[in-house]
Amino acid sequence: MRISSVKELDELRREIQDSRDPDRPRITVCGGTGCSATGCKGVAGMLRVGLKSRELEGRVDLSVTGCHGFCECGPIVIVYPQGIFYQRVTPEDVDEIITETIEHGKPVERLLYRDPVTGEKKIHETDIPFYQKQMRLTIGNNTAIDPASISDYLATGGYSALAKVLYGMAPEAVIEEIKRSGLRGRGGGGFPTGVKWESTRNAPGDIKYVICNADEGDPGAYMDRSILEGNPHSVLEGMIIGAYAIGSHEGYVYVRNEYPLAVANTATAIQQARELGLLGEDILGSGFSFDIRINRGGGAFVCGESTALMASLEGKPGEPRAKYIHTSEKGLWDMPSNLNNVETWANVPLIINRGSQWYSRIGTESSKGTKVFSLVGKINNTGLVEVPMGITLREIIFDIGGGIPGGRRLKAVQTGGPSGGCIPEALIDLPVDYERLAEVGSMMGSGGMIVMDENTCMVDIARYFTSFLQEESCGKCVPCREGLFRLGEILTDITQGRGRMEDLPIIEDLSEMLKDASLCGLGTTAANPVMSTLNYFRDEYVAHIRDGKCPAGVCRELIAFRIDREKCTGCGVCMKNCPSGAITGEKKQTHVLNTERCTKCGICYDSCRFDAVKKE
Amino acid sequence: MRKKNQTTFEGSRVDPIIDKYNAEQGSLISILQDIQAEYRYLPREALEHVARRLNIPVVQAFGVATFFRAFTLEPRGRQLIHVCMGTACHVRGSQNVLEEVERKLEIKAGGTTPDGEYTLETVNCVGACALGPVVIRNEEYLSHMTPTKVSGLLKKV
Ligand SMILES: Cc1cc2nc3c(=O)[nH]c(=O)nc-3n(C[C@H](O)[C@H](O)[C@H](O)COP(=O)(O)O)c2cc1C
Ligand code: FES
Repeated sequence: MRISSVKELDELRREIQDSRDPDRPRITVCGGTGCSATGCKGVAGMLRVGLKSRELEGRVDLSVTGCHGFCECGPIVIVYPQGIFYQRVTPEDVDEIITETIEHGKPVERLLYRDPVTGEKKIHETDIPFYQKQMRLTIGNNTAIDPASISDYLATGGYSALAKVLYGMAPEAVIEEIKRSGLRGRGGGGFPTGVKWESTRNAPGDIKYVICNADEGDPGAYMDRSILEGNPHSVLEGMIIGAYAIGSHEGYVYVRNEYPLAVANTATAIQQARELGLLGEDILGSGFSFDIRINRGGGAFVCGESTALMASLEGKPGEPRAKYIHTSEKGLWDMPSNLNNVETWANVPLIINRGSQWYSRIGTESSKGTKVFSLVGKINNTGLVEVPMGITLREIIFDIGGGIPGGRRLKAVQTGGPSGGCIPEALIDLPVDYERLAEVGSMMGSGGMIVMDENTCMVDIARYFTSFLQEESCGKCVPCREGLFRLGEILTDITQGRGRMEDLPIIEDLSEMLKDASLCGLGTTAANPVMSTLNYFRDEYVAHIRDGKCPAGVCRELIAFRIDREKCTGCGVCMKNCPSGAITGEKKQTHVLNTERCTKCGICYDSCRFDAVKKE
Repeated sequence: MRKKNQTTFEGSRVDPIIDKYNAEQGSLISILQDIQAEYRYLPREALEHVARRLNIPVVQAFGVATFFRAFTLEPRGRQLIHVCMGTACHVRGSQNVLEEVERKLEIKAGGTTPDGEYTLETVNCVGACALGPVVIRNEEYLSHMTPTKVSGLLKKV
């Protein structure tokens, strides 16, 4: 069926909505990556079997949705109409859920979320502190939508922004609206989206491209993945609106090959949109035509950079080019091209639907709207969070994230991925805002937020990012290729006890050079992790160099393990697990660790149940 | 001499893949991905064949095949072990997990065991950071890995 007018679209939407009884029981299982890894498929399978065997199949809906964000507590199951939120559900729990909740309308107490502070059980998602301070504009619908169902998207008002634009707004007016909203790129740089659209629109040429950047190379971040997996139509709708405003008829989604589910769900969504006439020729009978193709990336971080991404779309190695020719004039196949991040696109329908005024009221002076972060590392509530700009890092880490596990102390939070920096605990009252984060030597980035505690070594973190970037540098420009190599050597020396105090000024020189002389953003920002750690945690560098100590106990060459005679019970677990035969001892007798043979792998430390293995 | 796992190349097996993408240059990466999915690596003859069909220089095909991490020119093992080295997994100790797998399999990351059973690779974030350190065995995600858990993981499936 093809829809060829707004009237038909509205009718279809109404039909879908009318056919849905809000009181009808529905079970949703989170099918995001986190929950998949903890076994949601088994849970969904059991639910299907369970509903069938009790002949409830036709009376209870079951859907597998995108990521709900609270990955720490997966697999997550929500039962409607009550909206009862179950966490850490296993296939064995399914029977009870069906009996208690579906058949008797009662919650299963032991599967409810328990507030770690008050000990109180929470029934609804909205009662859980993790969700309370969030503002889930782009990822919120993930819980309500089966990503493989365009009907679900339409039922929540999907494609109404597209209809509004095609039948009521001139392309220039769309651009103006996006400009007024204050929307800035969510892919890292924070460039004003409306301005970018305008320059591509104004660039001479008949053929123009619109591209969605779903390469998400930041290691430790999965926001874009979850949006594309959970609500692909919101991204497509944003792209079609953008294409209309810019005057483009061809679009691409460039997505990481490591994200097979995102690829599959986007492909399904494109197909469905085409079948309904929301994509392709003569969209909604408006005369405007636009189609989208998917290209899978080959796993190179640098391909997230705009010019490298476009080279890779042309079937070439993903090497960036100098920026003096803008991609808005000469991008893909030398045609004007507009590239935006997944999350940027997903914001567009919201702005069109609710208006730029509404949008620009959220956030700070210069940073509007919300931002999705992947809150990971040493944090209690790991997961995806979407917060209004201007919220403080403290609120994110402590109110939403529930603080640091094991009662340990927060040391720093890293934002901006390999291009960003480490923000020390002393600065965590900083509001989240493009400018504020840049002022302290980090950046908004695409949304990775890695929390570090006192057991994280900041020199090791600097070395980690440098070696990541060294591997990912495409090698085209000398400053980045050689500079990162030298920086990596020096940092490795420091973490292995061969550092010299004279190295510190060399690190600073190299960092300046990288910033000034590299060809693309990979190199110009590459020193941020190093500079920010050196700036805020210089004493840790000095401890490594001068005292030969790693205060966090991470750098292997600078630590030693020993067995505490008082605490060792002689249980033999460490001896059995030691891969290098470095531990000896009789049963029930204190064990001894031979430091000559010890490779410091830490297995004994992890496996001892009596806290008898000491690291110093 | 052919190594274990190395398959003989037949142009006819990759032609449908190339045709699916209309032999377009812009689809080079997608074509190579599909070929690799079929052979588990990129045989040299396949790269030459693709270059001929797409009317591009062979060096461009090799350039792309060696630039991207996802491609390999060496045959892979029957089982793929991926250890995530993304930031979230790193701060939770993935380095120790990797080293333990390397010790157990007696190969380094990037290598394949001599019997052709396992290939060990690293990956930078698979988007399951909440469960880190993450190891992926074939398609299965294993969460909260520690060196001690490694031996269990390498039992034959
Ligand atoms: C090395 C490097 C890697 C990048 N990786 C990504 C990425 O994975 N995803 C992304 O959206 N933007 C990435 N960017 C930013 C893009 O170049 C580009 O600015 C962005 O996609 C534009 O979209 P936006 O204006 O909507 O943010 C990267 C930039 C650099 C320099
Ligand atoms: S860092 Fe390992 S899954 Fe993200």
